[in-house]
Parts: sequence; structure tokens; C-alpha cells
Amino acid sequence: MHSHLVTLVVFSALVSTVFATLLRDTLRERLRFGLLAFAAFVLSTFLIGWLTNPFPR
Amino acid sequence: MTETGAAPVARDSSRTVAAGLLAWVWPGLGHLYLGRRGKGLVLMASILALFGLGVSMDSRLQLHLGLEDPLALLFSLAQMGVGAPYVLARLLGFEAGTVTSPVYEYGNTFTAVGGLLNILVILDALDTARGVRGK
Repeated sequence: MHSHLVTLVVFSALVSTVFATLLRDTLRERLRFGLLAFAAFVLSTFLIGWLTNPFPR
Repeated sequence: MTETGAAPVARDSSRTVAAGLLAWVWPGLGHLYLGRRGKGLVLMASILALFGLGVSMDSRLQLHLGLEDPLALLFSLAQMGVGAPYVLARLLGFEAGTVTSPVYEYGNTFTAVGGLLNILVILDALDTARGVRGK
């Protein structure tokens, strides 16, 4: 797995799945929470990457 | 407490300890032991995938228990949270990792986060066994 994007997506999906399974009790709540957590992981990574772009070192 | 109440308390206590130990030995096993089959299988698949992918991405699994490098100690403890898969990967010869690999740091993150998440799973199994959590 040498693609940064694929690594980010896989990591976010797996961690979101664990959080959703642990923190919510019904399937509907888990799906909703898992999707929100996944989106938060991916979007925050892009945001931080964009903000730190002027500082490569 | 009366004698009639002591036996169920002892049984609940041993059930809690067993669930916690099983959850540490193999991710998700504590929930399976408690009859939470779906939850246990999802947690097992997710955490084993995280750890396995981390190992395949050349993660370092060396045991570091000295206090001269506290961050390495915390990193080792985090990885050990995943239980038997950590021991198994070391026995299979994956302990050194490949520091020159372009995905080495990703691998380290995957294995450490897998272990840390399994610590949360152990705590959830303990709460479930004690009846604090329902599902």
C-alpha cells in the first residue's frame, strides 16, 4: 500500500468502524457515527495538509 | 452480604476477568465470550486488519521496556495492547521492520493504533461483563 490517499482512507475506515461499534448501540446509530467519523478523519487530514503546505520542513 | 449472594458475585467476577483476559489475548474474543457475536467479529476484523496491514507496511515490533527512551516504551506498550497477534508477528520474524521503507511510519502508526484501540475494546468487554453497557 504505497498510496498516501489509499492509506488514509483505509486507516480512517477501520478506526471509524471500531469507534462506531464501541460508542453506539444500534446499527443505524453506528452507521451514522461511523460515516461522520470517517468524513472527519479524511477532511481534517486534507485541511491540515493544506494549512501546513507552506511549511514543508 | 449473605452466603446466597456470594456465589453469583464470584461467578460475575470470574466472568469479568475472563472477558477482559480473552479480549486482550485476541481482539474481539472477549465480546464473543460474552455472546456479543456481531460486535466481537466486527472489532476482531477491524483491529486485526489494522495490525496486519501495519506489519505488512514494515512496522517495527521490537520490544522496548527501558526508561531511557520513554516514547519507545509507550510505543511498545501500545503495540502490545493487541495481544497474541503481536507475539505471533514477532515469532514469525517481523520484529525488526524496515526503517528505509517509504511506508515504515505508516506501518508503525497502524500497529500502535491497533493496539490502543484494542485497549478500548478490553475496557468495553469489562463494562459489558459487569452489565454497565447493554449491547
